[in-house]
Amino acid sequence: MLFELIGIPPQALFGQLLLGLINGAFYAMMSLGLAVIFGLLNVINFTHGAQYMMGAFAAWMLLEWAGVPYWGALILAPLIVGATGVVMEKLLLKRLYHLDHLYGLLLTFGLALMIEGFFRKQFGSSGLPYANPLPGGTRLDFMFLPNYRAWIVIASLVICFGTWYMIERTKLGSYLRAATERPDLVQAFGINVPRMITLTYGFGVGLAALAGVLAAPAYNVSPLMGSNLIIIVFAVVVIGGMGSILGAIITGFALGIIEGLTKVFYPEASNTVIFIVMAIVLMVKPAGLFGTPK
Amino acid sequence: MSTTAVTAATGPKSESAKNRELIAFAVMIGIGLVAPIAIYPVFLMKVLCFALFACAFNLLIGYVGLLSFGHAMFFGLAAYVSGYSVKAWGFSPELGILYGTACGAVLGLVTGLLAIRRQGIYFAMVTLALSQMVFFYCLQAKFTGGEDGIQAIPRRPLFGIINIQNDLTFYYVVLAIFAAGFLVIWRTVNSPFGQVLKAIRENEPRAISLGYRVDHYKLLAFVLSAALAGMAGATKALVFQLASLTDVAWQMSGEVVLMTLVGGMGTIFGPVIGAAVIITMQNYLAGFGEWVLVIQGFIFVVVVLAFRKGIVGEIQAWWERRATKA
Repeated sequence: MLFELIGIPPQALFGQLLLGLINGAFYAMMSLGLAVIFGLLNVINFTHGAQYMMGAFAAWMLLEWAGVPYWGALILAPLIVGATGVVMEKLLLKRLYHLDHLYGLLLTFGLALMIEGFFRKQFGSSGLPYANPLPGGTRLDFMFLPNYRAWIVIASLVICFGTWYMIERTKLGSYLRAATERPDLVQAFGINVPRMITLTYGFGVGLAALAGVLAAPAYNVSPLMGSNLIIIVFAVVVIGGMGSILGAIITGFALGIIEGLTKVFYPEASNTVIFIVMAIVLMVKPAGLFGTPK
Repeated sequence: MSTTAVTAATGPKSESAKNRELIAFAVMIGIGLVAPIAIYPVFLMKVLCFALFACAFNLLIGYVGLLSFGHAMFFGLAAYVSGYSVKAWGFSPELGILYGTACGAVLGLVTGLLAIRRQGIYFAMVTLALSQMVFFYCLQAKFTGGEDGIQAIPRRPLFGIINIQNDLTFYYVVLAIFAAGFLVIWRTVNSPFGQVLKAIRENEPRAISLGYRVDHYKLLAFVLSAALAGMAGATKALVFQLASLTDVAWQMSGEVVLMTLVGGMGTIFGPVIGAAVIITMQNYLAGFGEWVLVIQGFIFVVVVLAFRKGIVGEIQAWWERRATKA
């Protein structure tokens, strides 16, 4: 009835809403990782998109070259890519902490170019298919719900709230939050802060890779998938502000849904709607919706 | 940007330092005048366009401490509008370049008003996101020609008399445009206005407490930088007779950061050297395809880790060490 009023078939509306929710799931997982890394390292991890892409490629390689199925890759790929992150932090990022934050951005940007260039050289730009591990779906009254899409939404919610719980409600998380506020003091209490920084970076990178594995069957595995995503995620981070874990999650999902709705009602703006929201937020609340002005 | 950042000159320059810079400028233009004897003019014009682009970018990062990761939007949009105005509306080249510059300035005003509301790392992300928005606009807008871009932009006579079909003639025109843009930046940096910009870079809260309306200064610097980046883009469109999505994509924003970083952020000649180095490198590596991306990324990493002052910055530091020893 309502749908007839606005002249949109419910299938299209709910289909786009679901796609929006899935995009939002990726925005949420990515901005979550960025926020965790920024909190402790004060580095905006420009490599995050490339690491998401590496996660998808790791899943593809595990399947094609080693016969490891999707569910194994879901565990292994984040560990492998996270380990590369640990090495990166130990060898490179560590050297920049005493400098202006902009150098961290420039270094990770350079690394992102290197990784993307390497994968484009090896695999081309067109993208490789990854078989859907959960074919089929459920027919609901108002739409068809593919199983894999439902799985992405559920998995991402579990990942996001698991991370939130770990940081906000566990002892380890309390160390992390304390080190974000006053690393020197936490170090004085006998906690190995440099190791914590390394592991946090590895964790954030693993989170990006996990998002990449989830994305592999839904989109193609392509060297360009990371750089396309990271700029949007930056806008999401500006909108949400990086001060709050929960804020990053909510903003990510909300913007995905807004993007999905824009595809239904005004498709021409669907590419730019997130940037427009960012501009509005900058005018109204420059520190971001969940940020604290400083 | 904090005081740990790469900064070259602080405080008002002595007259002799200014004179040294003017002499270096004269030498640079002198080299520019004779360079076509040895080097292909189209290549030189490309270097000059990108050198101007990098100088405009450097005005922000080097003298205000604002890292814009979206300067391709000014460069690319100006290339499109000047290319379109010359091709479709029959603008003369000088009018087309002026129009592109003006569009760059207007876009700089709009995006600058938004971007200066955040500092540091957020400023970089905001400018990157805004430029991606401009990219999608250019991808979808009718006048830009989508994936094809605007091709075969005519080179009509400049001021109705100078034939710029000839690459060598046009090269000297581009050299004049570059010199004008460079002098505007040099004059800005060495003016009282430029001193306030540097004060903002060094310590923004203190500049505010001294009564400066820092947002006005930042915005004006941003608009100036955007206008000059637009001038570079508009000129580039006429040089290659082409405006395309490459000019407005985020990779272009990254390239101008790289050029400035390699040459030396906050040095007046650094971006020129950086642009020459990177364009030359791209020229030689053109056959290697995707490896160019890998090599550019590698240069980023090496410069950030080991070589933060850039070529000109390192030479200056070496010179000063020698001077103090003697």
